[in-house]
Amino acid sequence: MPHTKINKTPAYWSRQAILPGIVAIGPMLPGTLAFGMAFGALCAQKHFSLAEVQVMMATVYGGLSQFVAVQSWPDHLTPSSIATLALLTLTVNIRFMLMSATLRPWFGTLPPWQAYPAMLLVTDGGWLAAMRYRDHGGADASFYVGGGIVLYFVWLFSAIPGFLLAEQLTDPRKYGVDLVMPAFYAAMLVPAWKGPRRAIPWVVSGVVALLVHYALPGWWFIIAGALSGAISAGLMDEPVPPAPAEVAA
Amino acid sequence: MNEFLRSDVMIAFAVMTAVTVASRLGGYWLMGYVNVTPRVRRMLDALPGSIIVAAALPVAVNGGAVVMFAILAAMAVTIIRRNDFIAVITGMAVAAAARAAGFGG
Repeated sequence: MPHTKINKTPAYWSRQAILPGIVAIGPMLPGTLAFGMAFGALCAQKHFSLAEVQVMMATVYGGLSQFVAVQSWPDHLTPSSIATLALLTLTVNIRFMLMSATLRPWFGTLPPWQAYPAMLLVTDGGWLAAMRYRDHGGADASFYVGGGIVLYFVWLFSAIPGFLLAEQLTDPRKYGVDLVMPAFYAAMLVPAWKGPRRAIPWVVSGVVALLVHYALPGWWFIIAGALSGAISAGLMDEPVPPAPAEVAA
Repeated sequence: MNEFLRSDVMIAFAVMTAVTVASRLGGYWLMGYVNVTPRVRRMLDALPGSIIVAAALPVAVNGGAVVMFAILAAMAVTIIRRNDFIAVITGMAVAAAARAAGFGG
């Protein structure tokens, strides 16, 4: 397999892919719900009002970044503490930039007024499901947008039960909620395996992420590792099929 | 004691939203100025796996034996069944059971 097949089918919209798109993100829904509930419980402990929690769920829409921000929420908001929160959010969410970049070859044929709103739905799960669909030859934008909208609304309301049940959910780790994201990631990594050569960037990414994690405070390790992995893939040559003469010798 | 919507909290949320929206739109926008050569294509292709590893590996190493074991269990289930849902539930259940049995981490 010297070359991966490149899917160049331009994006289009049809109703047929809406349901498959929703089915594809289905496995994420229980985990998203559990994660949102744990977040709601955390917000209740940090004395946010339910209305405030809902505003955050609807606008920021980045589960991990919300968790990290609320965990380190300052007692008094000042311009400098808000700037710190913004930087923290950026370090966690800048990976969305890489994700929306990979959607350009697919969505680039759509008019901007359709493509840019769709990018607002970029999440780890929705994006991974869309990339897998694209890998298998898909081009219907409804697949990604349909799943993305369902994921958005599940997330939007997931914090409410957690907020109301905060006393029962003081330790979400007891229920393994902290495993939702890593377990889902691990499950997505298995079908992405296309031989050891294609996994070299993963190793680079993992090593760099671990080094940065120990060297720098915060969440820079995600973007540092991901970029290193992508750059190493760019530096690698296209695999060349072995020349018959060499094989004979 | 809580006000309904505190204005300083709303400002903080607005700033966090701006940063996140810029990230979501920025990558797509920037790629409009990049020629998708085979090299760029290889970089884009390597991104999903690289992001997954970069985001999950330090968390797994930090989480200790229970988290690593739960992640391995989730991967094993995926290899056998190819079902994301069962994988996530397995990961959560293994961690919850290990912690209930008194293992730390």
